[in-house]
Amino acid sequence: MATSPSAEAPTAPGATAPRPFRVARRRRETKDTWTLELEPLQGDPLAAAPGQFTMLYAFGVGEVPISVSGDSTGPLVHTVRAVGAVTEAICRSKPGTVLGVRGPFGNPWPVGIDVGLDVVIVAGGIGLAPLRPVLYHVLARRDEYGGVALLYGTRTPADILYASELERWRGRFDLHVGVTVDSATAGWRGRVGVVPKLVAGASFDPASTIALVCGPELMMRFTARSLLERGVPADRIYVSLERNMRCGAGHCGHCQLGPTLICRDGPVYRYDEVAAFAEVPEL
Amino acid sequence: METIEAVLRDVPLFGGLTSEDLALLAGCASNVRFEEGERIFRDGEQADAFYVIRHGTVALETFVPARGPVTIETIESGEVLGWSWLFPPYRRHFDAVALTRVRATGFDGSCLRGKCEADPRLGYDLMSRFAQVLIERMRWMRIRLLDVYGYEPVG
Ligand SMILES: Cc1cc2nc3c(=O)[nH]c(=O)nc-3n(C[C@H](O)[C@H](O)[C@H](O)COP(=O)(O)OP(=O)(O)OC[C@H]3O[C@@H](n4cnc5c(N)ncnc54)[C@H](O)[C@@H]3O)c2cc1C
Repeated sequence: MATSPSAEAPTAPGATAPRPFRVARRRRETKDTWTLELEPLQGDPLAAAPGQFTMLYAFGVGEVPISVSGDSTGPLVHTVRAVGAVTEAICRSKPGTVLGVRGPFGNPWPVGIDVGLDVVIVAGGIGLAPLRPVLYHVLARRDEYGGVALLYGTRTPADILYASELERWRGRFDLHVGVTVDSATAGWRGRVGVVPKLVAGASFDPASTIALVCGPELMMRFTARSLLERGVPADRIYVSLERNMRCGAGHCGHCQLGPTLICRDGPVYRYDEVAAFAEVPEL
Repeated sequence: METIEAVLRDVPLFGGLTSEDLALLAGCASNVRFEEGERIFRDGEQADAFYVIRHGTVALETFVPARGPVTIETIESGEVLGWSWLFPPYRRHFDAVALTRVRATGFDGSCLRGKCEADPRLGYDLMSRFAQVLIERMRWMRIRLLDVYGYEPVG
């Protein structure tokens, strides 16, 4: 059985005071999304497990939680979508810019899972960013797993993240990659339809599958339902709840979800532990 | 070479049907194949058939002025393509184009309607199965209407 990921108390160095990191590389993914590679000005590189996030500080503008999107054995990588003042400032940061980093925080994905299980990774939109490290992890130990599927949906073809990497992964014989868009533009020859439909049609053995899901909350809810209908047990479905948070350290209560604080107990939860809270708007 | 009846046995839409019913259905069915880019049916045409896709992907398209053909939905192996054959006025509402080479089982709609009328029990059973397909499609469409990525904080 897969076990629930252990909560990691946010007491790591850098938990309270931001450490300065320099933008080493910046790559544009889509019209509003950029991937940044960050290196510390001094000291050790930041070691973060797949699913963890940092509080990323654009000096003079503000601080936001951003998931790690790179390989946990490599440099700190974040993929950021510009939606407001802080994320816009981060996306504008050219190589050489210094950003503050606190963390890592949060529960990782349960990647130390049973040998032999099928792994179904379901991502929607920017939700692929926190799941990409899982894929790196699994592909580096491919023999330890059964079938591995990445099911990814976005709004339009122009919103697809990591397009060339997806293309490469699609060419592998030991990984099933399904990509779908909600709305096609002329010339798109791929799938059109929602991610939960991909789940309904994908081939995996539900009874011995672990499913990791990240995306907008509605997408996760409908995806979880499709997984449950396929017969995946609720305690083997994991979701990452990326509701807004402020302190990142379990003090302010901004990200409360039922009895839990997402920054302290999440963002990765077992679906059966949060389904009831996640569907109630006020919680 | 597998008989059509044997092929139909593995189609989820027909799961649990008796051998007699499968034989009746097989009497209205044939194996068909479409090359990549081939048009399977056209918007406005008489709808005389439906297909169960065995291999490949089909795009349901519509032509949008100044944009060209736009895919509304894709249909994959194991899924049903077309239900206008079941309801008057039996007209297609979209174009269907093979995105890849497609192998499918094609059903003659009027042959099947005739059998359903002659055997209301089979007719009711098939109608329930198609209703299930329609409900499922409607569910995916409704989720799309929610435009979940539009609600996403990050876009
Ligand atoms: C654990 C966690 C991990 C995250 N990982 C990533 C990531 O890898 N990449 C990425 O691009 N973003 C990620 N986010 C979301 C990111 O933190 C927000 O987009 C950011 O805080 C927005 O700040 P802003 O100042 O740019 O915009 P703001 O002006 O603060 O917000 C813009 C709009 O988005 C809404 N909003 C902002 N954040 C959220 C949220 N989390 N949930 C719901 N609504 C929100 C605001 O209400 C507002 O309408 C993550 C969030 C969490 C909690």
